[in-house]
Amino acid sequence: MQQAAQQTMQQPMVRSAHEAQAPAAPHAEGQQQHSIGIYFKIWGLLFVLSTFSYLVDYFHIQGYLRWTLILVFMILKAGLIVAVFMHMVWERLALIYAILIPPLLVLVFVALMVFEADYTFSTRNLFFSTGP
Amino acid sequence: MAPSELASTTDPLAQSGGWPSFVADWSSDQRAFKKVPWGKAMMWVFLLSDTFVFGCFLLSYMTVRMSTTVPWPSPSEIFALTIAGEKIPLILIAIMTFILITSSGTMAMAVNFGYRRDRVRSAVLLLVTALFGAMFVGMQAFEWTKLIVDEGVRPWGNPFGAAQFGSSFFMITGFHGFHVSVGVLFLVIIARKVWRGDFDAERRGFFTSRKGQYEAVEIMGLYWHFVDLVWVFIFAVFYLW
Repeated sequence: MQQAAQQTMQQPMVRSAHEAQAPAAPHAEGQQQHSIGIYFKIWGLLFVLSTFSYLVDYFHIQGYLRWTLILVFMILKAGLIVAVFMHMVWERLALIYAILIPPLLVLVFVALMVFEADYTFSTRNLFFSTGP
Repeated sequence: MAPSELASTTDPLAQSGGWPSFVADWSSDQRAFKKVPWGKAMMWVFLLSDTFVFGCFLLSYMTVRMSTTVPWPSPSEIFALTIAGEKIPLILIAIMTFILITSSGTMAMAVNFGYRRDRVRSAVLLLVTALFGAMFVGMQAFEWTKLIVDEGVRPWGNPFGAAQFGSSFFMITGFHGFHVSVGVLFLVIIARKVWRGDFDAERRGFFTSRKGQYEAVEIMGLYWHFVDLVWVFIFAVFYLW
């Protein structure tokens, strides 16, 4: 598949898909060269996942199932974009950790704000509710 | 000494991969991000900071939505369109999502053809990406007009429910739309450079005076995919919640 794609493209220089397998030529340092096929596959997957997450709303799925499905599709899509389209799987660990770990720490912030919002909600209910 | 020599990973630890390579890279002299052009590393750092900006927007949205005692307007109904006499929920947003994903696909292929030094195909794909981006912004303008003019949604209130809906919506989608618009502008600039052969002739940039390299297309791609990435999160937590 990969070879076929390279032949049809009539690529002037045949390079290995992974830099780790063969040392890249000096002028090719840092270049990301992969077969076209993988982009089409990921593209198709993103379309399918987007359709699924749209259907979650279309069929009015509610409750925890809705939340689970939405978040799973969101994380899968985000992962595919970062890993393949942004070439993160082919980068060195030093860059991967430097970029991906800090956003994960935002989850601590999310947890803090969930507590804060719950507290605000309960005090609003307590003091501002117009009920009997 | 050639820059590639500086970046070379002669340290056996650095070649091993895994945790030892991580430690070796970060404790080495001069360059932590080996085999990564610095423009690309800096774009990644910029995107990281942008992640925090959008993260804060989405977090504040989550906080106001969880803490309001007034019912939240249903995005499913607000963003429904009536097509051929039938009301389809959230259809406009779904189409926008597919457009942005398609533009991401064409962008990835533009980067690929750029590195293959296929100048014409790369430039055409960049222009197609810009076109999809412009379509996305156009649909967003349509959506904003519909909400502001026809349905009376304002940042300080709306007829459907919680007042925070308007401020969150305009802030988050506005900032994202601004990113898309800037992206379209730069896509056209990069497409022109590719078309003219700037990256083959290593013609120096008008602003940075650096030699043109095809990695500029990949750096442009990183930004564009990031815009798509942010939309994935907005789509999930704003429109589907």
